Amino acid sequence: MIAMQYAKQVFGSYAITLGGVGAYAWWMLRRSRKLAEQVSDEDKPWT
Amino acid sequence: MSITATGTSGLTASPSDGQRHGLSGTGTTFTRWLGVVTLVGIAWLVFFGLFVSPPDQIQRDSVRMMYIHVPTAWLAYLAFIVTAVSSAAYLWKRTRSLTWDRIAGASAEIGVLFMAFTLVTGSLWGSVSWGTYWVWDARLTTTAFLFVTYIGYLAVRRLGGSHEARARRSSVMALLAVLEIPLVHYSVKWWRPLHQGETVADRTIDGLMLFSLFVGLITFTLLYVWLLLHKQRQLALEDAVEDHGLDLALVERRREASTTTRPGGASFGVAAPGGAAPEGGAA
Repeated sequence: MIAMQYAKQVFGSYAITLGGVGAYAWWMLRRSRKLAEQVSDEDKPWT
Repeated sequence: MSITATGTSGLTASPSDGQRHGLSGTGTTFTRWLGVVTLVGIAWLVFFGLFVSPPDQIQRDSVRMMYIHVPTAWLAYLAFIVTAVSSAAYLWKRTRSLTWDRIAGASAEIGVLFMAFTLVTGSLWGSVSWGTYWVWDARLTTTAFLFVTYIGYLAVRRLGGSHEARARRSSVMALLAVLEIPLVHYSVKWWRPLHQGETVADRTIDGLMLFSLFVGLITFTLLYVWLLLHKQRQLALEDAVEDHGLDLALVERRREASTTTRPGGASFGVAAPGGAAPEGGAA
């Protein structure tokens, strides 16, 4: 593992994908929370 | 609708049961558990992909990128197919519902995101395997074309108009766009490009490498379900806020008009706030 070849590309691909998904999920949940504050329960049938 | 206008500040709503139980926004108990399982799966994927699975005889450690590259491509395909199926469900009169349209829109956005990851991780893998980040071979070109097509789909969804108009035009486009997927998938067979052919179907890998790949596929499928549930609920909230915004704008406009007096002293004959919406007004 320590002597992994192409470590920059391998770790980079994992970091970009998982970091990107994390950032997208964070943005989505934050926006959803703000939107949810503006509507009543009638518009949130999942609650 | 229990939403209320609070002067010019917009809208307020009382805390929902979900908020009182700490599940505000689009979360539910199910999505929380699904999120936890998905996080465990991601940790498992990283552990197996980076540390447990052996290097390939030819590609050496660069094969570890397969465990993230292939699942992102699989997820993008899945997302675009779900977009097409949901769009068909919307267009079919017996199942017509804006929920299908929102599922289609949510799935397409997730698909575009993961198609972008597919292109980026593929370029990184290509820089190692081929010595270049990009070549205009059949697989890469058709994938880039698919990516741009679905960006166009998302742009079409934002053209404006009623929710129904948005749903109709984007559903038609989704049914056309999905036809590109077989082109992308079979491009490695039809044109024999630089990109390698099917790995799992041709049984060119086995053991821990195959297991790690399946961990990635299962984890990313769970991740897709989690993202889709949240995203389509977010789109439902956006539609609701837009509808309520139109209602409130009408109320404000009537209020302004009713307080404006004509030069002769008479006020405009406009209904009081809370009155019936004019014909053709927002629902």
